[in-house]
Amino acid sequence: MIHRSDELRVVTVDGRAVLDTDGAPQGARLVDDFTPTLVDEGHHHLCPGCGEPIAMRSVLETLEEIDVVSRSIGVFGIGCYTAFSNNLDCEVAQALHGRAPSVATGIKRAKPDTVVFTIQGDGDMVNEGLQEVIHAAARGERITCVMLNNGVFGETGGHITATTVLGQRTKNTLDGRDGREHGYPIRLSNLLVDLEGVAFVGRCAVNNAGNVARTRKMLQRAFEVQVADVGFSFVEILTMCPTGWFIDTLEAPAYLDERLAATHTLGVLKDVAAG
Amino acid sequence: MTATLMEGSEAIAEAMIAAGCRFFTGYPMTPFTEVLEHMARRLPEVGGACVNAESELEAVGMAWGAAVTGTRSATGSTGQGLSLMQESIAEAALAQIPLVILNMARAQGDYFQATRGGGHGDYRTPVLAPLDVAEAVTLVQQAFHLADRWRTPVVLFADYYTAHTYASVDPTPLDLGPLPVKDWALDGSTSGTGQARLVSPLGDTKRRDRPGYDLNDFYTRMAAKTAAMVDGVERMAEVVDCDDADLVVVAFGTAAKYARAAVAELRADGRRVGLVRPITLFPFPDAALRDAAAGARLVAVYENNQGQMVDDVRLALDGAVPTRFVGGLSLDSSGFGIAPDYDVEVLRRRFAGVLDEMEGS
Repeated sequence: MIHRSDELRVVTVDGRAVLDTDGAPQGARLVDDFTPTLVDEGHHHLCPGCGEPIAMRSVLETLEEIDVVSRSIGVFGIGCYTAFSNNLDCEVAQALHGRAPSVATGIKRAKPDTVVFTIQGDGDMVNEGLQEVIHAAARGERITCVMLNNGVFGETGGHITATTVLGQRTKNTLDGRDGREHGYPIRLSNLLVDLEGVAFVGRCAVNNAGNVARTRKMLQRAFEVQVADVGFSFVEILTMCPTGWFIDTLEAPAYLDERLAATHTLGVLKDVAAG
Repeated sequence: MTATLMEGSEAIAEAMIAAGCRFFTGYPMTPFTEVLEHMARRLPEVGGACVNAESELEAVGMAWGAAVTGTRSATGSTGQGLSLMQESIAEAALAQIPLVILNMARAQGDYFQATRGGGHGDYRTPVLAPLDVAEAVTLVQQAFHLADRWRTPVVLFADYYTAHTYASVDPTPLDLGPLPVKDWALDGSTSGTGQARLVSPLGDTKRRDRPGYDLNDFYTRMAAKTAAMVDGVERMAEVVDCDDADLVVVAFGTAAKYARAAVAELRADGRRVGLVRPITLFPFPDAALRDAAAGARLVAVYENNQGQMVDDVRLALDGAVPTRFVGGLSLDSSGFGIAPDYDVEVLRRRFAGVLDEMEGS
């Protein structure tokens, strides 16, 4: 339900009159608050149309759903999503770019009763810290690594990452990613499947309601596998980045389906406990 | 425990366990390797965990993670491996991670890396340099105490000789006094309470407390905390026979063990020579050195490198006493830091030559 007010608030920013879009419009009535319980402060500065808040919400709601909040610790990488690392009512250890799986390993080995997850982007996990996630997976660390994959360095303004799909235009591949020139995208989930320490791998997306529901199911399985002490679990979530893809916000969900998911195909890739 | 004959690596491992270290991780590299071996065997016996990291990058990350839970945690390598860890050490200082880092160095070329910090940013870490295995057993425990007291990484600067010398030591836990409660440590229990904890190199305030991460505010507060640590950490040095000395020799670590013996022989010959041995390489024992050298005509710095600590000696003396570097790189073909110059007769002759020159002038 959308409440509107005829009296739009105007504020002055750098000497210019602009519409105040922070918070609810004047005269609006709050009828429900959809802020996830485990978020301290609902307001954020990520771009309109970004998929990362939806992915973050999905993780937090899963922790509540499977009732592990009071032993949960998140480990954050560096990217746009780092905006959430100081904004959760969930304990957080902020890691360096690429290093979250090792930090998560140390936490879990020191406190085996905790439920430990990482939040990392494709730049963090597949570029800077690829060896970390592969080694943690091979060791079968009882942690859950969550990769928010938008196929681009969003925080720097749209640059090629190791998962960028062929043909995608970025600020440093202006004519699109060319395999012979720029190499080919890494499908990390597919790489992890063969490792014996890995108990669950799923790739999902948050570009429509059905996919969000599937994302929640995969996250639930991944955390269940951790709690059951089975092995390493991994969820790759494809997220929209209209800013970094240089497209209209409204086109981003379809672009994800047509481009990103065409290379990084959705589905459960491995679930040992399910047989 | 009673005194037991053991190799230095084992003594360091036992001292870590006595200090309550319950998480260790590392990547094999001489002369750090044997410490890792001992910890891999011993930690499970005392309810701890040791992870064989696939790289030094991952080792320091794992040690960081364990320390975040309030567990006493350590890692290490040689200077080469520590080069790989520097980004994390620099940021661990900002995130206020209590961590003990063993630098089982090859020779003394890593003095700058240890004392200046090889990473980025405006941070410092305390550095302790044991004379030998017996002192390492004490300093290892002090390193954990300092790490918890100041919530900081602490470097223990030892070497091949410390690692591989057998000595009779007693790694009984030392009572080093009370420490602040780790009310910042993570175990998941504050999640969902409205007061969930955060341990981050980007800041320690959360969005609920507005304004969340503010790097100007945070870095300024961390700089003040670093200054307080530099003031607060006890600066330790051994001072030998300096009261009437014309020449004061300055050396640290294993090099100082040989230099001290050479100085003792010269004293027995009636030569007016003394020795100052910095034990805390950072913060440097400026005042102890100034006092010891106040009546000297020359300060001679002996290090197994091209001259690094000599800078700190000059800064401490600030021109009050002429200072000369009398060290130099001494290695055998292995490169592990086995030094032909670590020979009491070699050093006695070198210091005697300096004294002869002074008396002739």
